Amino acid sequence: MTRYLRRFSRTERTLHWVNALGFFMLLATGLILYLPSLSVLVGRRPLIKDLHAWSGVGWVCALALIALLGDRRGLLRTARELDTFDADDVRWLRRRRPAPQGRFNAGQKVNASLNAAFTVLFLVSGLLLWLGERDTRFRFASTVVLHDGVMYVALALLAGHLYLALIHPATRHSLRGMTVGTVDEDWARAHHPKWAAGSADDAHS
Amino acid sequence: MSEPIEEPGSGEARPKRYGRGVFLLTVAGGISSLAWGKSVWGHVSGAVSPIASSLAPFLPTGGWRIYTISGSMPTFDRATWRLKVGGLVEKPVSLSYDELLALPKVKQISTFHCVTGWTVQNVHWGGVRLTDLFDRANPLPEAGALQFVSAEKPYIDYLTMPQALLHDVMLAYEMDEKPLPRDHGAPVRLIIPEMYGYKNVKWLNEINLVSTVASGYWEQLGYDQDAWVGRSNGYTSSSQPPAPVSAPAGSSPRGFRTR
Repeated sequence: MTRYLRRFSRTERTLHWVNALGFFMLLATGLILYLPSLSVLVGRRPLIKDLHAWSGVGWVCALALIALLGDRRGLLRTARELDTFDADDVRWLRRRRPAPQGRFNAGQKVNASLNAAFTVLFLVSGLLLWLGERDTRFRFASTVVLHDGVMYVALALLAGHLYLALIHPATRHSLRGMTVGTVDEDWARAHHPKWAAGSADDAHS
Repeated sequence: MSEPIEEPGSGEARPKRYGRGVFLLTVAGGISSLAWGKSVWGHVSGAVSPIASSLAPFLPTGGWRIYTISGSMPTFDRATWRLKVGGLVEKPVSLSYDELLALPKVKQISTFHCVTGWTVQNVHWGGVRLTDLFDRANPLPEAGALQFVSAEKPYIDYLTMPQALLHDVMLAYEMDEKPLPRDHGAPVRLIIPEMYGYKNVKWLNEINLVSTVASGYWEQLGYDQDAWVGRSNGYTSSSQPPAPVSAPAGSSPRGFRTR
């Protein structure tokens, strides 16, 4: 009988999927604006531009709303987890083993911090591009370099994330944690032993 | 699977708050790049440009962003298309595409700057000089400026006569050795490398000589009338160096008549 451990709360999962939805919406509309071949294919540039800008606003507002209306205390706890690196996390990053991991491994923690920073940078550079069209005080020669540069790095991280979550045989079980919320206890003990040991008590079959 | 027997170093070491460090450093680095991003990117892309240009056919963007002001781009019909030169001229001219191609052809390599901050280095243009059109139409002495009308309504823009007579201003019908693509303004666009892209009117089908400049499409939305690269629209040459004067390729520069 397989036992499952609850890894992600409803608030965490909602936040993740709304974040993903917003990211892909912005990626799709952004690429249409960015790639000439797509621009020509789709046309309707003013519409796509509005869609892109307002998706960005909606994305950030939705994330803030979920954080406010959801399990705030749980999210703060999660943020602290992501912030904290113990000696094993440092060993994990240096590829030393054994390095038993908690609910998040050190790579996931770095990924989370980077993506949070990218959200801020996307928002700031996007707003500057938007305002810069109307007022030269907001126009900087490097805004577009920043917006595009963050896009490239975020896309590379996303590719790694999708590979690990969907394809890599050893890790793709984690997708279950982000969809239904629970993961196989044996899998958790193998990949996140420090967390699995602590939460096995409230496990449900 | 058994619990790890020992956790080296975890006994005495206190957990570190590296997460916020990564976050803050990334945000700070990103925001500060507003001051240095463009010049660093210029060096990087300068260093890799030989590689990049050989890869260009395979890269999806090539650095260009395609901007249109209306929902769709004008369609070029070779049979019916005309370039009209009118206004303050002795002899209004209406050229077919083939007649345009029959004019003396010049080539140049110049850099294209967009006012939003992106730049495409070393674009190969082929086309005609305005002076060769003037030889046909003979502008009147009171013609002090040119109005460029795009087939994409209501896009127009203006240049003063001295601006239009800068040595590397051209009507380009070739880009990178191929006929100008539709998204770049087929069949012909204005190229003035010293000024930001919004002055480089695409889908050009009418040039009117007028006495003085007026506000073009983007000028009416607050952009500068004289769109000098690095010296207009809030840019200073420290944030973006002025466009280098491009070298004509394949053809010697022609003299300009003064009027």
